[in-house]
Amino acid sequence: MSNTQSMCTSFMGELLTATHNFGTAPTRGTSAADTFKGALYLTTATLNASTTAYSSTGEVSGTNYTAGGVTVTNATAPTATNSSPTAGVAYWTPSASLVYTNVTLSTAFYTVLIYNSTQSNKAVSVHTFGSQTVTAGTFTLTMPSNSTTTALLRLSTT
Amino acid sequence: MALVNTTKGEMDESLLEKREGAIDNDDEYTTWVEYWLDGELVHRSVHVHLKKAPSFAGAEAASF
Repeated sequence: MSNTQSMCTSFMGELLTATHNFGTAPTRGTSAADTFKGALYLTTATLNASTTAYSSTGEVSGTNYTAGGVTVTNATAPTATNSSPTAGVAYWTPSASLVYTNVTLSTAFYTVLIYNSTQSNKAVSVHTFGSQTVTAGTFTLTMPSNSTTTALLRLSTT
Repeated sequence: MALVNTTKGEMDESLLEKREGAIDNDDEYTTWVEYWLDGELVHRSVHVHLKKAPSFAGAEAASF
């Protein structure tokens, strides 16, 4: 038998479900999952790792697009999987596509911000894709497979 | 008769010029469809399928 220094994979998974609190946690009125949303941003916007919360600055605008974007479908809880004694992955992916229906977005956009609308619109992640416009049509953003190597959010030890 | 939502309201698809395209790379598979009327773009829909999101974190336990 031997012991191996490592971050516990279960801990990473529990970070995604707000089990641990090393600081000051927000007050929660319920144990239910938070509501997350996806907002689209123009090619001229600046979103990156420094983004802390949703902002309408640089967000797309146009017919039938509501500022703040659409609600993310979250029917599948995060998963944590060990791949070795020292490595593992905690991951999560929305369980349905983000769909912006019958919109006109004439100015090019290429970014979606996932944020937590339950917790003061705090930012989660920024994802980019090829630049697009939409005219009286539907923009559908289909999520990657929910796996250790492709999930939308992956926290990993190496 | 298929109807297409356009900037001019719903129109019969047969009255419109249809253009389609796709982009396939390591990050996404994207398809788009456009309808044109007399040289004017009246409809454009896009479907982006993300293939893989980058890993955002590499976590380590401290060594002593």
